[in-house]
Amino acid sequence: MFLNSIFPDPEHAARLMDIAKTSLMPLLKGAIFYSIPLTIITFICGLFLAILTALARISHVKALQVIARIYISAVRGTPLLVQLFIIFYGLPNIGVTIDPYTSAIIGFSLNVGAYASEIIRAAILSIPKGQWEAGYSVGMSYSQVMRRIILPQAAKVSIPPLSNTFISLVKDTSLASLVLVTEMFRRAQEIASTNYEFLLVYSEAALLYWVICFFLSIIQQALEKRLDRYAS
Amino acid sequence: MISIKNLHKRFDKLEVLKGINLEVEKGKVVVVIGPSGSGKTTMLRCLNVLETPSEGNISIEGQSLDFSHTVPKKSIAAFRRLTGMVFQGYNLFPHKTALENVMEGPIIVKKEDKRLAEEKARALLNKVGLSDKVDTYPAHLSGGQQQRVGIARALAMEPEVMLFDEPTSALDPELVGEVLKVMKDLANEGMTMIVVTHEMRFAKEAADEVIFMDQGVIVERGKPDSIFTNPKEERTKRFLNMLQ
Ligand SMILES: Nc1ncnc2c1ncn2[C@@H]1O[C@H](COP(=O)(O)OP(=O)(O)OP(=O)(O)O)[C@@H](O)[C@H]1O
Ligand SMILES: [Mg+2]
Repeated sequence: MFLNSIFPDPEHAARLMDIAKTSLMPLLKGAIFYSIPLTIITFICGLFLAILTALARISHVKALQVIARIYISAVRGTPLLVQLFIIFYGLPNIGVTIDPYTSAIIGFSLNVGAYASEIIRAAILSIPKGQWEAGYSVGMSYSQVMRRIILPQAAKVSIPPLSNTFISLVKDTSLASLVLVTEMFRRAQEIASTNYEFLLVYSEAALLYWVICFFLSIIQQALEKRLDRYAS
Repeated sequence: MISIKNLHKRFDKLEVLKGINLEVEKGKVVVVIGPSGSGKTTMLRCLNVLETPSEGNISIEGQSLDFSHTVPKKSIAAFRRLTGMVFQGYNLFPHKTALENVMEGPIIVKKEDKRLAEEKARALLNKVGLSDKVDTYPAHLSGGQQQRVGIARALAMEPEVMLFDEPTSALDPELVGEVLKVMKDLANEGMTMIVVTHEMRFAKEAADEVIFMDQGVIVERGKPDSIFTNPKEERTKRFLNMLQ
C-alpha cells in the first residue's frame, strides 16, 4: 500500500532498483579507495600532530604553549569547510596549488590534531602525580618518564574518546567532496546529477556510511572490553 | 654518610621545614616519627629532590647539593640515583609487570644490558619473597606485595640510602608484617635507611636512632629505648602518649 503510493508505477520501481544496483559499485569504490584511506591516513597524521600539540601544551616552555593554544583555538574556532576551502581554493592565490586529495589530508589532519590534542592532554593530566614521582625517583628524566610511564597509560585512557573522533572523521570526509575529492559522497553527487534520483542515491550513500560506522563501533566496543580486562 | 645542613622548605609563605640538621652514618637505620603535617614526608622528598629545598645543603657519600643557588637538572638526576624512595601509596607502574617495574630504572636510566637487568631484577624479587609473582601486573597484587615490588624497584638502582615514607600505613594490618620483615632484612644487611613510620615495633627492633619531628624541626633524637621510655621533651611525651 505504502510502497504503492510512493511508487505507483512498477516501471519506475524497476528503474530505481536498477539505479540502486548500478550505483552501488561506484559508491563502494569511492568509499574503499578514497573515504576510508583518507580517514585512516588523516587519523594517523592527526594523531601524530595531536601528541606533539599536547606535549607542547603541557610543556614548561611558554612559547610552545602559546603556539599550541593558538593552533587549537584557530582550528576549533573556524568551520572545517572554510579551512578546506582556504587550503584548496585559497592557497593557489599565493601560488600554492595542492591537489584535492592532499588538501583534504592536510585540512582533516589539522582538525584531528587540534581536537585530539585536547583528549590526549586530558589523558596525560589524568595520570596520577605519583607516577611522575616514581619515575623521577628511579632517576628518569622528564622525557623518559613521559615516554615510558605517562604516555602508555594516557594512550589507554584516551582510546575511547579517540575512537569517537575516528568515527566522526569517517563522516566528515564527505566534506572532501566539496574540494573535488572523488570520495563516496562526491560519486553520489555525480551519479544523482545524471539521473536526478537524489533521494535514492544519497540515501544509499548514507546507508553505506552507517554500515561503516556501525562496524567501527563494534570494533571500538571490543577494544574497550579488552582494555578493561587489563585494567582490573 | 648522609649529612643534612640547615634544610629549609617553603611552599609560598608556609615554611614546612625550618632548618633541619641531621647526620646519618653509613649502615644506620633512622626512624622518623612526628605528628601529621610536621614535615616528615617533605624532608624525605627533599632528600630525593622530588621537592627542591628552599635553602640548605644535602650531601650523600661525598656528593653534595647546595640549594642556596639554583641546582642544574643534571646534578639533580645524578643525585637522585643515590637515594631509593619507597612511597606510601606504592606508585608502581600499572602497565608493567612486577619484573618490568624493577627492570625499568636499570635499563632506561643506567642503560644496563637487558639480560643482566632481568637477572638482577629476578634476584631482587626473590629477595622480597615474590619470585612467583614476576609476571604479575600490580593490579593483581595485594598491597603488601605491591609495596615489596616497590622496595625491589628502588633497590634495583643500587642506592646508597633507602627512604621509606610510611611504607605500611596504607596496608591492611595483616599485610604489614611481610613488608616490615623485608625492611628488617635490609637493615640487617647494612643498608642505610631513613624510615618515616609509626610502627613502634619496627623502630624498637631495627632502628639505631629515632627522631621526633614537630612543626618543621627536629625536636628530639636518641636511641629507640630512651626516646620511647624516657623522652625528654614535653612535645615528644605528648605525641607518644597520643600514639598509645
Ligand atoms: N606541595 C605542597 N604545597 C603546599 N603545601 C604543602 C605541599 N606539600 C606539603 N605541604 C604542607 O607541608 C606541611 C607538611 O607536610 P608533610 O606531608 O611533610 O607532613 P607529614 O609530616 O609527612 O605529615 P603526615 O604524617 O600527615 O604524612 C603540611 O602542612 C602540608 O600541608
Ligand atoms: Mg607524610
